[in-house]
Formats: sequence, C-alpha cells, structure tokens
Amino acid sequence: MARAADDIEALIALMARLPGLGPRSARRAVLHLLRKRAALMAPLAAAMAHVAETARDCAICGNISSGEICEICADPARATGEICVVEDVADLWAMERGRAFKGRYHVLGGTLSALDAVGPEDLGIPRLLDRIGAEGVREVILALNATVEGQTTAHYIAEALEGRDIAITSLAQGVPIGGELDYLDDGTIQAALRARRRF
Amino acid sequence: MMDWRDEGTIIAVRPHGESSAIAEVFTAAHGRHAGVVRGGASRRLAAVLQPGSRVAVAWRARLEDHMGSFTVEPLASRASVLSDRLALLGLNATCALLSYTLPEREPHPALHAMTEPLFDLMAGAAPGWLLAYLRWEMGLLEELGYGLDLTRCAVTGTREDLAFVSPKTGRAVSREGAGDWAPRLLPLPQCLLGQGPASVEELRQGLALTGFFLGERLSVDLGTRPLPAARARLIEALTRA
Repeated sequence: MARAADDIEALIALMARLPGLGPRSARRAVLHLLRKRAALMAPLAAAMAHVAETARDCAICGNISSGEICEICADPARATGEICVVEDVADLWAMERGRAFKGRYHVLGGTLSALDAVGPEDLGIPRLLDRIGAEGVREVILALNATVEGQTTAHYIAEALEGRDIAITSLAQGVPIGGELDYLDDGTIQAALRARRRF
Repeated sequence: MMDWRDEGTIIAVRPHGESSAIAEVFTAAHGRHAGVVRGGASRRLAAVLQPGSRVAVAWRARLEDHMGSFTVEPLASRASVLSDRLALLGLNATCALLSYTLPEREPHPALHAMTEPLFDLMAGAAPGWLLAYLRWEMGLLEELGYGLDLTRCAVTGTREDLAFVSPKTGRAVSREGAGDWAPRLLPLPQCLLGQGPASVEELRQGLALTGFFLGERLSVDLGTRPLPAARARLIEALTRA
C-alpha cells in the first residue's frame, strides 16, 4: 500500500487507535476528511481542540462537562433528593437517553475489582458518601451493571449506606424490551422470575 | 493444531480489544487455563463470561505454548449469587484465590472437585457454605503443599483437646502441649476438627488461620504479592455480619 506523507500517516495511526477503527478504516476516514477539508476536517479539528481545552470531570458527580460543574448538577430542577449511581459516564448518557430519571447522578469511574486491585478508595465512593449527607438525599438508586463486579460494588455501597435514613434501590433485572425467553440466558430468566410482579 | 475440550468454571475475565475477552477457566483436567474468547464482549457471551459460570470450553491453538482461543458454551449460570452480598463476596474470594495461587495449565483435579460444589453452595446461598469455604481454603493450602496437620498434637502426640496450630510447622498443638507457648500459637477453631456447627467467631478464627499460611507462607513463595483484596472484603463483611 502506498504511503501518504508522514504527517498524514501519523494522523492515520492516531485515528486507528479509536474504538471501532482499525488501520484500514482509519485510512478511509482520514481520506474522507482530506477530501472534505473545509466542510468537515477544519470544523472537526476546531471542535476537538475546543473540547480538549474545556472538557473536565464535574467536581460534584464525575460527569464529563465543559465547566467546573456539569449541566445536570447545575440544574436546580434536578435537586430531587435522588442520586443515581452509575459506573461510567457512558452509563450516565444511557440513562439520560431514557429520559426517565429526573434526579442527579454519581459516576464511580469503575467497579471494585479483585483482579485489577481496584478498591473503594480508587472509586468515587467516599465522595458519594459525602454528597449524600450534604445534599439531603432521600434515595440512592444503584444503576450498576448486572455483572459480578458491578453487583459486588452495589452491595459494598449499600452496606456503606446502612444506618442512614435513605432508601437504597437498584435497577430491576429481567426480560429486556423485545426480548424472547428462548434466547435469554439462565441467569436473566432466574432474575426475572424472582422479580416477577402482579400482572 | 492443538486442541482439547473440558468443563470448568470461569474465574476471571478481562477485555481484549473491542469485541473479545480473555477468560480464565478452572477445569478439572487442564487446571487454570486462559484463552481468548472471540466476541466475548457481545451481549450474548458477556452474560456467560461471568466469574462463577459453569461452562464447557473447547481450546484451540497452533502451538502448545500459545494462549489460544476458547469457544464457550454455558452449562450452568450461577447468577443467583449476585443477589446475596456475602455469597457474592465468597465467590469473588474463591475466584481471586484460584487466579492468584494456581500456576497456569497445571491440573489440580482434587481441588477442582472441591471447588465446583462450593460454587454451587454459594449460588444456592446454602447454609454452611462459609464452613465449606473455610475447608476449601484448607484444601487449597493442602493442594499447593502448605497443608496443615490437624490429626494429632505435635508436642505430645495426643488426639485430644487440640486447640492451637504452630505457625512454624502448621501442625496442631493440644492445650497441654502448648503450655506457656499458647499465646504464640494460632487458635484452632473446633469446626475444623469436625466438632459442632461453626459459629461466626470460629469461622473468623479459621480464616485467620488459613490467612496466616496463605499470606505468610504461600504468598511469600509466590513473590510476596499481597493476598487478593476480595478475601479481605469477605472477612470484613463476615466480621460485621
């Protein structure tokens, strides 16, 4: 394959490190950008430079924002006394897509992991405990992944909150919308059956 | 082309690239064995590739010393353990200790035979799983050459009134044999001698006993790596229970 100029090759190598792209797809993407330099490449470069300059973790919840405090934490309408604890910013965005939750969030930045030696102090758990007292929280919703590490973290947080006068809830586990029982794994069916409710 | 089939339990999973995972499986005939699971990050396989899941695996590699790849079929989900805090900590501790202590690709059929029922007990949150876990740690020490001898007193030879274990030799010591040395010995909970049901205090004593030999003997020989935090979390939770 013919090589492009060194600086373009360097750009391709950087693009190839993005999720979903490999060397070939990165080369195609860079070629597309080069062909649309004015319409796409320059605005994209400017937007990336701007976000790289301004993006930071929200000082309250850990969400990514362009200011000291994210829009959700700054919104007085969202001070509902409910905090939804998520593992990662991607999970927060997923929750926001659903538009079902009107409270605030807390991003842990990971889960407890025995293998990777990630402990409570490595996550945002102490900060969460401080927030609960300071913000008059009435309910903590544990929206952590239904994995061994996610649920270990959920149990840890629930235990750390024991004795406080707040409700601790977690997301339901069971049959997803559009799911067919025949294709579900045993664990999901067991969880769905345990969480059944009157029809 | 090298290949084999076996059954076992997933003990660790880590992401590999965007769509794959590297799974560690504890099998009867092939011990702790790792392999790449193509598509392991997919929704379907991610549910199967959870620590504690019992699976059938087929391993293939071009050469014996390559990591190779697994194809994985679920045999039994132990997902019910997710809802039980203590059992989940027990499962984490078991998986972490297996991953921490066992050399790769070394069969340990006796330990495997102890481990599968333990996982089943935890998944069913069966009463007595904590005692089974304590006995499993004893079995792990035994399997790796650090077994404790609790059959008779190392000093007097008696089989009666065994109350301590020598931290140096790992042998039981009776109250009479201990004499003034008793404070320097490790307490031996009676539940490890098969006497009576295990109280929380006895379980804690037992885990302190196995923890001593895991931490001060086995861990040192493994290069002084600290014991997995998952085990400490189980003991902490047991203390608060």
